[in-house]
Amino acid sequence: MQQTRTVELGTGLFVLLGMGALFFLTTQTTGSNNFSGTETFKVSARFENVGSLKIRAPVAMSGVTIGRVLSVRFDPEQLNAEVVFEIDSQYNQIPDDSDASILTAGLLGSQYIGLQAGGSEEYLQDGSEILFTQSAIVIENLIGKYLFNQGADSNEEEEE
Amino acid sequence: MFRDLYITFKEFLRTFGAMQLFFLRLLSNSPSIFVKRFNLVVHQVHNAGALSLVIIMVCGLFVGGVLGLQGHANLSKFNAEDSVGTFAAFSLIKELGPVITALLFAGRAGTALASEIGLMKATDQLAAMEMMAINPLRRVLVPRFLGGVIAMPLLVAVFTVIGLFGAHLVAVSLLGVDAGAFWQQMRSTLEMGDLYEGIVKSIVFGIVASLYAVWEGYNAIPTAEGVGRATTRTVVLTAIAVLILDFMITAVSI
Repeated sequence: MQQTRTVELGTGLFVLLGMGALFFLTTQTTGSNNFSGTETFKVSARFENVGSLKIRAPVAMSGVTIGRVLSVRFDPEQLNAEVVFEIDSQYNQIPDDSDASILTAGLLGSQYIGLQAGGSEEYLQDGSEILFTQSAIVIENLIGKYLFNQGADSNEEEEE
Repeated sequence: MFRDLYITFKEFLRTFGAMQLFFLRLLSNSPSIFVKRFNLVVHQVHNAGALSLVIIMVCGLFVGGVLGLQGHANLSKFNAEDSVGTFAAFSLIKELGPVITALLFAGRAGTALASEIGLMKATDQLAAMEMMAINPLRRVLVPRFLGGVIAMPLLVAVFTVIGLFGAHLVAVSLLGVDAGAFWQQMRSTLEMGDLYEGIVKSIVFGIVASLYAVWEGYNAIPTAEGVGRATTRTVVLTAIAVLILDFMITAVSI
């Protein structure tokens, strides 16, 4: 009898420990900033170039994550990219003339959408579209421009 | 020579098929045993799980510590020491946790199962049970199989968490990585899907390791040498199967 009790005790402890470990893994190691549980509203924006923006990339305002990208798709009629993202519905006082730009976290980090507040009295709501957007900065284009300017400068010097 | 190959191949197919049938028989008997003879299952969870805890925890701690050391040494070349938490968590949760736990489980619990059942067969205990109209498959094999299947995912979870703390110990306490960055980067990078991959792996490996141990024990040649060989084959087969399955699951989930 004594032996079965120790076996049961040991097993109980083991299972409890295992469950505790699983609970720790699910709550402590994965991102707490997913909005699947909370209420959200959808906003869309059109960009000339989305760079390498991915689904589930964060949407941030003043550096605080307030939402997540839901879909990125190319619109064959308007020839630009349409990005739909969700914003946590507790942030329902964002002016509707805010502008959205695609930024990069760190030098080599992943890309996210940064919102810059506008001055309108009307707020963003479900289904509204952000009209002022700024495309992702593509490094090749920057380098291209830089080289082009260099070339122009040296030509001017030669003319002088 | 081709004839030999043919015979070997046929033999392999036969064993493989027999094992699948054996697996189905175990599965079909599992629910009733789980409900009716729960105390037997508890006993086996204790044998396979609780008694393996010490080796799992010690190994987890040191595997995590090594990840912390290696991660720090290599990531600091790119000034990315803060990512050592992400690095350790990814490798532990997706790969090292399930695989190393399965290998340790095969060594600690699988061999115990195989030799126990093999000895029972060698000393005619299984035959004696049949004489008493007790089905040894239900009385002996199914509880051991179920015990392993239940214990394995829990052992993997314990291994992974202890490993993370090992990495924390080395990276944060020893090498001075910022604790906040260590955990926060991990949290922002890891997703639920990564965790599911680890959990799926641990369940599959638990089934494979327990099945092989029970199968090898049950089919051991009933001599001292036969039991020894069954034990060896358990470890070898489990290791091979686990690593192949690991590759396949990873390939599917990426």
